[in-house]
Amino acid sequence: MENTLDARGLNCPLPILRTKKSLNGLQAGDTLKVVATDPGSLKDMVAFCSQTGNTLLSSQQAGDDFEFLIRKA
Amino acid sequence: MSIAKLQPVNMETMPTDLADLETWFDRRLDEKLAERAAAKVPSLAIIATKGTMDMAYPPFILASTAAALGWNASIFFTFYGLELLKKDLHLKVSPQGNPAMPMKMPFGPDWLKRINMPIPNLVSGNLPGFESLATSLMEQTVKAKGVPSIKELRDICIESEVRLVACQMTVDLFNYRQDEFIPEIAEWIGATTYLGEARNADVCLFV
Repeated sequence: MENTLDARGLNCPLPILRTKKSLNGLQAGDTLKVVATDPGSLKDMVAFCSQTGNTLLSSQQAGDDFEFLIRKA
Repeated sequence: MSIAKLQPVNMETMPTDLADLETWFDRRLDEKLAERAAAKVPSLAIIATKGTMDMAYPPFILASTAAALGWNASIFFTFYGLELLKKDLHLKVSPQGNPAMPMKMPFGPDWLKRINMPIPNLVSGNLPGFESLATSLMEQTVKAKGVPSIKELRDICIESEVRLVACQMTVDLFNYRQDEFIPEIAEWIGATTYLGEARNADVCLFV
């Protein structure tokens, strides 16, 4: 099941706050795709996932966008 | 901690040799400490004392981010920091006495937006309306860069259950009325009460 959060154009700390909010609405094991343009989100998403126990399945750059795939713990 | 609270130990696996016992005990202690650390919810306590727009960002950004990480976060607003809890936010930013603040245009071509135009204090301090101009330029920059407004960040803090506490003494000192402030303030307290709370926090910051 594909859930997507469009966090493009948002800057720190909004991408992380919106990610957290989106994850709240999901079940454990669900995945969330986050698309962001904030270059800071590259490191922040890693830190967010490691501290909250969620799994960062992938993190990649596509043009100006950064795409993250997270599995909810 | 009482002995009774310790997890039962399998006596069969208990070493009898003294050196072995020492190693076994160290390992058990590490396991226990790791168990405790994993079960602990981290906490953040911020003391917010500034009432300008630029200095309103750090407490709200850090507290909302901590809440997103699952931490318990609280902010104690005291002195000018109480401005951040007003129902009507009229936060200003001033280049006056703020030499690190870049003065850049929020609009126009990129080359223009990069140019820093420092304004001498003589001008910024004496030109009527300069503070409003600087504030309006900062607000436009914030919006153009996708950074949330203070109001937005404060709402996120409230929604994510950041504990907002306010200084009782400041209200009396500056002749404020409590009804000028947002109703989401959890408590009106003094230094003694907040220090008691901050003492147990893992991270404590003064802004």
